[in-house]
Formats: sequence, structure tokens, C-alpha cells
Amino acid sequence: MSLKNLFRHENTRRQALVKGYVVPETARCVQCGICSYHCPIEIDVRLHAWLGQSVKDRHCLTCGECVARCPRGVLSFEVTRFFDERGNA
Amino acid sequence: MTQRFVIIGTGVAGIAAAQAIRQQLPQASITLIGDEPDLYYSRPGLAYYLTKELPESSLFPIRRSALQKLNIGIVHGRAAQIDPDAHRIQLANGQNLPYDRLLIATGASAALPKLPGTELEGVVKLDNLADTRHIIKLARKTRTAVVIGGGITALEIVEGLAARKIAVHYLLRRDRYWSSVLEDEESRVIETRLREEGVQIHYHTQATQITEKRGRVAGVLMQDGRQIPCQMVAIAVGIRPRLELAAAIGLRMERGILVNEFLQTSQPDIYAAGDVAQVFDPLTGYYNMDSLWGPARQQGYIAGLNMAGGQSPYQKLAPFNVTRLAGLTTTIIGAVGNGQDDDLVGIARGDSETWRQLPAAIAAQKGFDINRMRVMVGSQFLIGAIVMGDQTLSLPLQHLIAEKADITAIRDDLLNPQANLSETLLDFWTSWRNDYATQ
Repeated sequence: MSLKNLFRHENTRRQALVKGYVVPETARCVQCGICSYHCPIEIDVRLHAWLGQSVKDRHCLTCGECVARCPRGVLSFEVTRFFDERGNA
Repeated sequence: MTQRFVIIGTGVAGIAAAQAIRQQLPQASITLIGDEPDLYYSRPGLAYYLTKELPESSLFPIRRSALQKLNIGIVHGRAAQIDPDAHRIQLANGQNLPYDRLLIATGASAALPKLPGTELEGVVKLDNLADTRHIIKLARKTRTAVVIGGGITALEIVEGLAARKIAVHYLLRRDRYWSSVLEDEESRVIETRLREEGVQIHYHTQATQITEKRGRVAGVLMQDGRQIPCQMVAIAVGIRPRLELAAAIGLRMERGILVNEFLQTSQPDIYAAGDVAQVFDPLTGYYNMDSLWGPARQQGYIAGLNMAGGQSPYQKLAPFNVTRLAGLTTTIIGAVGNGQDDDLVGIARGDSETWRQLPAAIAAQKGFDINRMRVMVGSQFLIGAIVMGDQTLSLPLQHLIAEKADITAIRDDLLNPQANLSETLLDFWTSWRNDYATQ
């Protein structure tokens, strides 16, 4: 990975952090636990899905593991609209 | 006096009911009775345990301690008898438990076909966690397995065993997989993928006997005289609701315990929810059965609210399930069906009676390789849909069907084979959602 791309990746992640979070669609969830199992920092994503709460945990890396691994398409990123495209409040 | 609530069954319906009652009545006495040694776990998650995607320890969403914190009592045992007049339950160990309001959420268990040899060691089912552990243990010594049955559970076993490097023979009675819900082309997609995983599918085949050697499975004899030698036979021909308790006290029943839209049985202080309940739908006038996690949770929750004194009707949404069929994510929503399936007796797990209904609708279809979509277009609403592979449209379709969005404006486009079905639906969804949000 070139240095430029490395920064781009980090930039995207930071943007995701301030601009969005993981939201569950509770009706699709069967509580299998694949999301929590794969969370690198052990957030109980499954519990959020049961309660219908977005993962607004300040430790969330928005790495996307849970979104990608969920076999039932329960989770997605939702963008918060507090910031415009340039990141200005 | 403190009200006493008793819930028989520790599945998702029972847990959701207990939580609903506790929300409403912080002081009430709530007791869960269950004969499931592992208490509450994700039944659908067992499929991923079988394919080694999840360890067993990850299957438990709510620990016993969390229930204890909510002051929900747990009695481990089998409810043997209900005395509705005395408002009392007798457990198999002789203990008596009084109740003011009772919920029956006993679920369902696997049906067995009339087939000689089902009692042999090596014959397995996938009903609960203990069954899954048993399959995993046997799989270590199994080279070849035969799977009999239809629907989602049969495929879960087929895929789980294939993931464990077992040679799997899958027997189908007719010419294709899950014909009550899937169309011909959809079945073929699944079957092709199974073959790619090394599964051998036998069509127009019926097992007539499981043969034995020293009390263990030795093979399966088929009606054409052929025999498949194997060490394991897995059966998933459907489930039967556990109705014994209800039957003994004469609750109104058909295929399940009949309940009104408040989840109340023919005895006013007794409620039923989940796989065991056959729920009245005021919109159609029919009593329906589902064997789905979502409706079971919703029914349990509504039953709990009503037991605690509420008057909340259960509003049946278009039943849907997201599942993986041969590794392909598939969403089934509403009525999409084709009627009968010889591989199943009655309903299967992860199944809904609604899906088999022949809808008064025309199918609009789009398919490219593994990404397929079939939308059942009614006169004014979408009635059902199947989305295989790419799931971009599954959530929009789920909402459009459940909320009965008026599709008159795009109906002609949907049914025009030249029009782009995905784009038409996505555009419509985007504008419908904006309108819906501002309402």
C-alpha cells in the first residue's frame, strides 16, 4: 500500500467515525451473535440490535466487521447529517 | 397482592414476554419454566455453529444472570399439567406453581417421518443446542451422511455437514428443492451451488428404510432398491408444535393453539405465543402459523403487554426471513408460494404458512447468475418478494410490502419485461421513503 493510500484509508475511517455509526434493522435480527463475536473491541453489537439502538459507542472503530459479517443484512452504516461534505459543522 | 405471571418456555417468545411484563410491572412476580437445559439461545444461530462460523459460547444473547437482575425467576423443569380452575401448574417433579396469568410458549419440535430405523444411533435432527452438539460429535466419525427433508433446516444440516468435510447425499422426493416457496429457476440456483460444494442431490427419491449394523446406522435403502451406505442420517421434514399441555385442558386448537389478536387462548387467563400459537389475523379472518424468530419475539412481547393488563393487538406484518440457502443470502417476504411440498409435513422451522399462499399477483422477475429477484405485483400493492444474492433491494421491498405502499404509478413499469426492475424499484423506494418520512 502506498503512503498516499494509507492516509486515504485512515481519512475514510475518521470521516466514518464522525459522520456515521452502525444501525440495526431489528426485525431482521435472529441474535446469532456473529456481529459481537467479530467485533475487535468486543462491543455487544447483538444487544444493540435486540434493543434497536445504534452503536453509538465511542470506542467503535467503524471497521465494518459486524456489517460485513452479519448473515442477515441487519446492520448498516448510517450517516449523521451534522457535518457537510467538508466536515464543517 | 403481587400478580403472579408464569411463562412456560424459555425461547425468544418467552423471554420477550418476560421483558414486556417487567417493563410494565416492576413489582410483579415473573417465573420462566423450561425443560431446555441451556435456557435461552439463538436457535437460528445453531446453523452457524454447525458450519463452524461461531463458537458455542457466542450463541447466548442474554445470560441467566441478566434475567436474575430483572428479578425473573427461572424454574428448570417440565410443566406436566395445567389446572386452569385452580390457576396452578404442576411440574413433572410434583412441584406446584400458582399463577394469575399464564403464557404457553412451548415452541415446536422436529417431526419424524414414518420410516423404519429412525430410532437407530446415528439418526439426527436439528432442533436444539443438544442436537447440534450431538451432530458435531458424531460428525467426527462420519464419512458419509444422508439428509432427508425440505425447507431451511434440511439445508442448514446439508451445509453444516459439508463444511465438516462429510460427503453428503441429499434426498428429494420430487424434481426440485423447496417447491412450496421457490420457483423452478430459484431451486435450480440453490441446487447448482450445493453440487459445487460437493453435495450429491438425488431427485425423485424416497427413503424406505434406514438399515443398521449393531444398532447403528449403516445406510439408507431407497424405493428403487438402491442403497447409500452412510454413518449418519439427518431428518428435517418439518416441525410439530408442542401442544400436549394445551390439549389436556381442552384449549381451542387446530394446527396450533388458537389465539385472538391479543394472543389470548380460549381460556382468558392463558395466552400463547411463538411456534405453538396459531394467531388470528383480523385482516384476513384466518388463523396463521409462522415458525420465525421475528414474529415469535413480537408475539411474546405483545402477549406480555396484554398479560400485564394492556390491550395491544398483534399486528401481523408480511412475514419475512433472511436466510442463507447454499451460501446465498436469500430474503423471502410475504406471499410468494406455489402450494405443496412433498419433502415437508406441515410447517418447517424458519417457515411461514403465508409464504405458500398463491398470491393474486403477477411475478416480475429479474435474474442474472446468482443474483435473482422475484416480486409479486398485486393490483395496487406488492404482495411478496424473493431476493437472492445481492440484497440491495431486500430492505426496500420489506418496507414497501409491509407498509402496503401504493405502487399504481409504477405497476406498468414493474410488469414491463423491457423496463429495469431494480432501478424502477429503487427510484420508487427513494421517493416513497421521503414522502413516508415527512408524513
